Amino acid sequence: MYQQKDFVLTIEGLTVSFDGFKAVNDVSLYIEEQEIRVIVGPNGAGKTTVLDLICGRTKATEGSIKFKGKELTKLKEHEIVHAGVGRKFQNPSIYEDLTVFENLELSFPRGKKVWGALTFSRDQEVIDKVNEIASMIFLEDKLDSQAALLSHGQKQWLEIGMLLIQDPELLMLDEPVAGMSVSERKQTAELLQKITKDRSILVIEHDMHFVEEIADKVTVLHQGQVLSEGSMEKVQNDPKVIEVYLGH
Amino acid sequence: MLQSKLRSLTPKNDVISFLILAAILLVALPLLFDIFRLNLIGKYLTFAFVALGLVLSWGLGGILSLGQGIFFGIGGYAMAMFLKLEASSPENTKIQSTPGIPDFMDWNQLTELPWFWEPFHSLGFTIFAIFALPALFAYIIGAAMFKRRVGGVYFAIITQAIAAIMTILVIGQQGYTGGVNGITDLRTLLGWDIRTDSAKYILYFVNSILLLATLVVAQYIRKSKLGRLLVAMRDSEDRVRFSGYDVANFKIFIFCVAGVFSALGGAMFTLQVGFMSPSLIGIVPSIEMVIFAAVGGNLSIFGAVYGALIVNWAKTILSESYPELWLFAMGGLFIAVVLAFPKGLAGIYESYVQPLLNKKFKSTQDK
Ligand SMILES: Nc1ncnc2c1ncn2[C@@H]1O[C@H](COP(=O)(O)OP(=O)(O)O)[C@@H](O)[C@H]1O
Ligand SMILES: [Mg+2]
Repeated sequence: MYQQKDFVLTIEGLTVSFDGFKAVNDVSLYIEEQEIRVIVGPNGAGKTTVLDLICGRTKATEGSIKFKGKELTKLKEHEIVHAGVGRKFQNPSIYEDLTVFENLELSFPRGKKVWGALTFSRDQEVIDKVNEIASMIFLEDKLDSQAALLSHGQKQWLEIGMLLIQDPELLMLDEPVAGMSVSERKQTAELLQKITKDRSILVIEHDMHFVEEIADKVTVLHQGQVLSEGSMEKVQNDPKVIEVYLGH
Repeated sequence: MLQSKLRSLTPKNDVISFLILAAILLVALPLLFDIFRLNLIGKYLTFAFVALGLVLSWGLGGILSLGQGIFFGIGGYAMAMFLKLEASSPENTKIQSTPGIPDFMDWNQLTELPWFWEPFHSLGFTIFAIFALPALFAYIIGAAMFKRRVGGVYFAIITQAIAAIMTILVIGQQGYTGGVNGITDLRTLLGWDIRTDSAKYILYFVNSILLLATLVVAQYIRKSKLGRLLVAMRDSEDRVRFSGYDVANFKIFIFCVAGVFSALGGAMFTLQVGFMSPSLIGIVPSIEMVIFAAVGGNLSIFGAVYGALIVNWAKTILSESYPELWLFAMGGLFIAVVLAFPKGLAGIYESYVQPLLNKKFKSTQDK
């Protein structure tokens, strides 16, 4: 009981096996309210798969994922979203054929059923919210342009914005600054600091400068298992981590 | 606010296109052609209902069904069953060994009307069935496929297989369905003789107005958030799912809408042409229906109507003079559209005609 009160997300003994290959193997993770947690690890370590398991895209073979005391492994994807979990994909995935405004609007938490979508009306509340988020993600001038025309970094922001408008309590970002310029990275770090006020954030990232800037705590994943966990400094000086990163 | 909603629903270009189409269907064509030709055009237009459904499900939602003939058939047969029962009154059929049942049943030694024919004595039920049956059937297919995340090519092939099975069933169960000949010799609708020229005129207008109404419904769906969601699903289905939508439900919905549109077309076909047969519901007609939408432009609701008109007109001309060539011509047309004009006639109109019109419009406004 104690744990479930303190942690927003409690993952215990999480395992998934793809035809016998354990991409995630007995992983446990505890994430606190308003914490920014970064997962690092070499390619193929199972980082993306952990996010897939949390958001229901992949079904766990074993283990439990509790979000605010609610077991997620039994819920469908859209139910997990409604429970308050938002997820950004590794490759920016936005709706290229729609405008920036429409992209954000579709994530607005209303009219999520067939009938609701048919009768949805773009009222002042929606417009205000879209404008508010757009200025947070540095796209207030781009609301009417087609999303396909955005730069790679702007697409990443747009997807983050689509998550913010859902107002999730747990925000999961898979390599959010990949392909961004130095200045864009800086802006993104500021953005993440700004949005963590009312939520916890789980980020996968390679860029160590970026990790240093944002992380409260770092978890190192290696071959599907947690190798080390703690502050950036502690993890960086962990001999096991140095071995994995420099050993080959 | 209502006004702003209305405005976003009706962009200027769409209103103009709608008015032009209405003028063509309701004024120009009836003035230009005699009733024989007009009736033929009315028949072509019944396929526009199907093409319109395909614009929504395929163009907008990326769900390609190669079995829309199924739904055309459901609507067409429902209407035909009603009309057939009316034509098979005991007085009309007193020479049969069992008077009061459709003639083909009598020929097939049936002595009693099958139970599922009974409700089609009622026009009210028949009209209800024309909406409800295709929706139900599409729901069953859609739920079975989309909940399991079957899509794309697999979905197309399965719908095609269902169309083939339906055709075989209809042909095989001659006593219940009229078999390969279909249901023919339809005469009156609540006593009103639908074979006369005046009835054909009226039915042509009923059909055209119904088509225009269907266009309005399609436009509403297209411009609603649901329409944008369908486009979004085509771009990135996972993103939609992880934005809190149950993607399957939206696909099922639009597939049902496409099914109901097709059934309306089928029912109007039966009324105007006077029969319904398996030759209209199988694989080849189902693929033809996709071609109507593709030629018109699978993203354009107006294109669907012109596509159905033009391709059917070409088919009539060609199959009058070179019947064996039609299938080749159709295949060639499809390849040409896919390779050279992926947006169909609507795409050609948008990139060549509309800029010219806009320029003209602008320059006259400036003066
Ligand atoms: N759906 C799947 N089926 C089979 N193998 C998978 C699947 N998803 C991921 N994997 C495998 O699991 C491992 C971890 O992948 P991933 O989580 O994407 O790594 P990371 O994000 O850390 O680079 C990889 O070896 C990958 O090939
Ligand atoms: Mg990854």
